[in-house]
Amino acid sequence: MDLEKKFAHIKGWGVDADPENEPTYPIKKYTGDDHQRTNWERPPQQPVTVEILHSNERPGVSAVFGTSCPPEGLSGNIRRYAFKHSESSYGHWLPLLLADRVNVVEGIIDDLKKGHVPNIFAEKGWKAAWKYNRAGLIKKIALTALATTAVVMLYKSARSKSR
Amino acid sequence: MLAMNYRGPFRVRAEQKPEPEILHPEDAIVRVLRSCICGSDLHLYHGLVPDTRVGSTFGHEFIGIVETVGSGVQKLKTGDKVLVPFNIACGKCAFCKQELFGNCHESNPEATAVGGIYGYSHTAGGFDGGQAEYVRVPYADVGPVVIPEDMHPDDAVLLTDVVPTGYQAAEMGGIKKGDTVVVFGAGPVGIMAAKCAWLFGAGRVIIIDHLEYRLDFARNYAQCEAYNFRSMEDPVLFLKKTTDWFGADVCIDAVGGDAAGNAMQTITGRKMMLQAGSATALHWAINSVKKGGIVSIVGVYGPTDNLIPIGNVVNKGITIRANQASVKRLLPRLIEHIRSGYIDPKAIISHRIPLEEVADAYHMFSAKLDNCIKPILIPPSARQ
Repeated sequence: MDLEKKFAHIKGWGVDADPENEPTYPIKKYTGDDHQRTNWERPPQQPVTVEILHSNERPGVSAVFGTSCPPEGLSGNIRRYAFKHSESSYGHWLPLLLADRVNVVEGIIDDLKKGHVPNIFAEKGWKAAWKYNRAGLIKKIALTALATTAVVMLYKSARSKSR
Repeated sequence: MLAMNYRGPFRVRAEQKPEPEILHPEDAIVRVLRSCICGSDLHLYHGLVPDTRVGSTFGHEFIGIVETVGSGVQKLKTGDKVLVPFNIACGKCAFCKQELFGNCHESNPEATAVGGIYGYSHTAGGFDGGQAEYVRVPYADVGPVVIPEDMHPDDAVLLTDVVPTGYQAAEMGGIKKGDTVVVFGAGPVGIMAAKCAWLFGAGRVIIIDHLEYRLDFARNYAQCEAYNFRSMEDPVLFLKKTTDWFGADVCIDAVGGDAAGNAMQTITGRKMMLQAGSATALHWAINSVKKGGIVSIVGVYGPTDNLIPIGNVVNKGITIRANQASVKRLLPRLIEHIRSGYIDPKAIISHRIPLEEVADAYHMFSAKLDNCIKPILIPPSARQ
């Protein structure tokens, strides 16, 4: 069957078909530069003005890097520990995930220190949830309230038994 | 300036931050006109990407006007209206020379596995992103492209990631004329991959998802078959049956670590985070493709993964091709495709939201409310 005719209704069908393009990208694009390893002409080095943690799988920092949110506090210490381990190690990624969670608490403390009480409902986009998924939001709030009440009741009964 | 500010999983807000400065001779500062929320941003939003620090600004899909340039910038000048590929690339390292702009070795000190990406955690270099009024753009002569006069800005912003990623997903599939191509995930990239599969001469394109509104959109936009995996007992069995018990020639994973569809994967990968996300889409791709077929992966997974049926990859002689899209490499061709009317990217934009309402925008996109396909954020300075 003539595929050109069959797919005439699809604009652009087959315009990029190229039987000669095998293997396709990225294998096709091999230049041999790999064998020069890291001996390329490096761009100028961005000055290191904040603490940058770099992977131990490279000798130093890249020529440019982002400077947002340098490591600080407890989460920063956990991140510094994480970067002692290679990218192939759980010792690298799991501490980073832990640091991310610690960082959330630090963020709330930091907000309060600055006199800003975070509006968690607004940050979670509940205005949109109220507008487009009211039943789901009410269900979520009810389930959370129920679970919280159950935990409090269990805690209270455990305390009264211990007396 | 006003910027999106990450406060923790499922919590973001818009607030004032200092404007970015030139930190390197090859930097530029760009005033953002539009930015998108990408499906990949949801992995950050859900807390799945390690080293996503509180206070970061996300956003790797943006266009804007050049405000200032560093002393080493030769090609770009103040006032240029540019689209900025999501990859930060030096243009000089061995990887950039191979047009692997997503794998630059001089833009990310924190990890060697990935190059720098705007607003995509410290694992991708710690750069602030474009969901803000201004953004620092390193290597300004390498990545940014001046937007052609005749191009709609909404098409331009989708050329920073969605269109090239979808196109490269199809390209890496090595599609031959008449091939059956299965795309897992009917998000913006999956829809674009399905659309682009036809350009390579696919004979049949199937898209798999679990949200009817996205499947309906994919059917119309990409002119492909679209099926809901919730209505099947086993998607792999369904795909085998519908390909004469042979398997698809090419399978594309356009989902990544946030995949639904398997309770065990969801619990261990997305809820408990014992592995780097859920590998459901990848399992289905590997198990649905024919022997000797090609699996192309553009879905984002965490850095360490397990429970992948790699034994089946070996047994079946599958070729896996995967990467972040090399945006700059593909732009000339894709600009021409848009001009020729083969692709109409702006048609996938479903919501235009002020940057001030970024928290609601993220929640809507994440929870798939109001039939959200692709939200776009407009900073206040771009609305004057």
